[in-house]
Amino acid sequence: MNVLILSIFWGIVMMFSGIALKKKGIATGLAIAGVLILLLGNLGDMSTVVITTSTFNDMLAFRGYNVLFISIVLVATLMYFLVSGREIENVGTGGFDYYALIFFVLTGIVIASSFNNLLMLFLGIEIISIPLYILTGSDKKNLKSNEASLKYFLMGSFSTGIMLLGIAFIYGDSGSLAIVPAPSPFGFSFTSLPTLSAVGALLLMFSLAFKVSAAPFHFWTPDVYDGAPTVFTSFMATIVKAGTFIAFFRMFAGGFASVQGSWGLAMQVIIFLTLLIGNLTAVFQQSAKRMMSYSSIAQAGFMLLAIYAHNDMAKEGFLVYTAAYVLATIGVFALLSRVADPGFQGFNGLAKKEPLLAATTTICLLSLAGIPLTGGFLGKYYMLVATAKAGGPFWLVIFAVICAAISIYYYFRLIIAMYFKEGNPEMAPVSRGLKFWLVVLCVLILALGIFPYEVLLNNLLSL
Amino acid sequence: MPINYYIFLAVILFCIGVVGVLTRRNAIIIFMCIELMLNAVNLLLVAFSKAHHAVAAINAGPAGTTAGTDGQMFVFFIMVVAAAEVSVGLAIIVMMYRNTHSVDVNFLNRLKH
Repeated sequence: MNVLILSIFWGIVMMFSGIALKKKGIATGLAIAGVLILLLGNLGDMSTVVITTSTFNDMLAFRGYNVLFISIVLVATLMYFLVSGREIENVGTGGFDYYALIFFVLTGIVIASSFNNLLMLFLGIEIISIPLYILTGSDKKNLKSNEASLKYFLMGSFSTGIMLLGIAFIYGDSGSLAIVPAPSPFGFSFTSLPTLSAVGALLLMFSLAFKVSAAPFHFWTPDVYDGAPTVFTSFMATIVKAGTFIAFFRMFAGGFASVQGSWGLAMQVIIFLTLLIGNLTAVFQQSAKRMMSYSSIAQAGFMLLAIYAHNDMAKEGFLVYTAAYVLATIGVFALLSRVADPGFQGFNGLAKKEPLLAATTTICLLSLAGIPLTGGFLGKYYMLVATAKAGGPFWLVIFAVICAAISIYYYFRLIIAMYFKEGNPEMAPVSRGLKFWLVVLCVLILALGIFPYEVLLNNLLSL
Repeated sequence: MPINYYIFLAVILFCIGVVGVLTRRNAIIIFMCIELMLNAVNLLLVAFSKAHHAVAAINAGPAGTTAGTDGQMFVFFIMVVAAAEVSVGLAIIVMMYRNTHSVDVNFLNRLKH
């Protein structure tokens, strides 16, 4: 509850302080202070030091797993502000408005990660989406940004409509908006839903797949990620994606877990297509920015495995995977937003010019590819084992391994361009602070891979 | 009247909206079609809410139950969120119109390589 209230409050503070404060750099400072306050509030949530214990008549639940997830999101946001604060300020005048919107997105993520009610699911997803339409179009004179924003807006509200129809069907069948299907009055436990609810659940799944850009509902992703200003692409591909995923996870791995008979097969198809299309298309991209957007589709495929498996291992693995994916992607985008040419040739010879930056990016890419000792490897390992343990189809596990192998190819293309090609990349100056925080980011990724229990998972046991 | 009629009506309206979104090329009309989809859902929710209330009222009497109220409440939330979405969406369309002097979505193909 703390984080929910504080994030709304801080969004409003950011919005109005833009009127009074004009000095450069102050917006980022204020935003970082805000995230630190949110983190304190999150600690309060973990140890029952709360502003209010109200849960809106049990429509939200601030306990255990989702509180830990919110702290991952907040740490990721902190790192995001630290490494890309200057870019956010450069997009518009001062950046206060954009920071305010980002805090409102955080509000949405808090709701989306703690809902107990379909109404809150809808509100959470919408509060995440609407500020994002604005952030995507924040480069007002740039036609690509305009186009991305319009496309994102039309596609986003279209999928919202589908989600609402799904919710209406579920409501019509069960007469309640609770996320757990009503138990049978005769004490039977069903493994699938009645027809109307089942159609509703599928519609809900399609629209959430849309929001997390899982194939075959991914077609907006590359265009939108490509057109949006690179800093905000970084935000969308990481923190927002994680926030939407937790809603998906809570809905299907939590509420509808007992009725997997109704959605399991559709989920298998979505996972298969997402892994296939994401990885294969990423191989053929010529621009690193577009490659990263297909990579985010491919990674979504792995995260969906956790929803399909929904056992204890999947729960732990989902946390590890999200943390590793989000941190690594922020690290890669920190470099991407500073290089003038987002094509692969724009990175040629970068290791000679900026050896440290090239090294941190390499660690991030290795984590995304799932090389051992990084958080990404552990995340993928957890996903595969959880799927196998849950009795998921064996071919899907094998297929996911093959896809992870394919992904090494396109991540290594960037590493090869940086280290083994000659060239003189044009890029914005890199401050010492940025380098420091990128090293911290890499240390976090490695720590997550080597000591996952000490860094993250022990907290789960104590909650 | 049986609830089926309402379901069919809402689904037909929803499908008209979906077909409109997929086939029309004018951003404003696409936008109207999305609104049509949302309003179809509103209609369905109100109908379901009334039906659930009627069923519960048979057992508990019309004053004795609040069943079905959350569906109607949901409708208000959809209206508010749709209004917020409209304000952002129209701003985006105006922004695009300033740069291209057109609201045709076919014009937008710069991102397809």
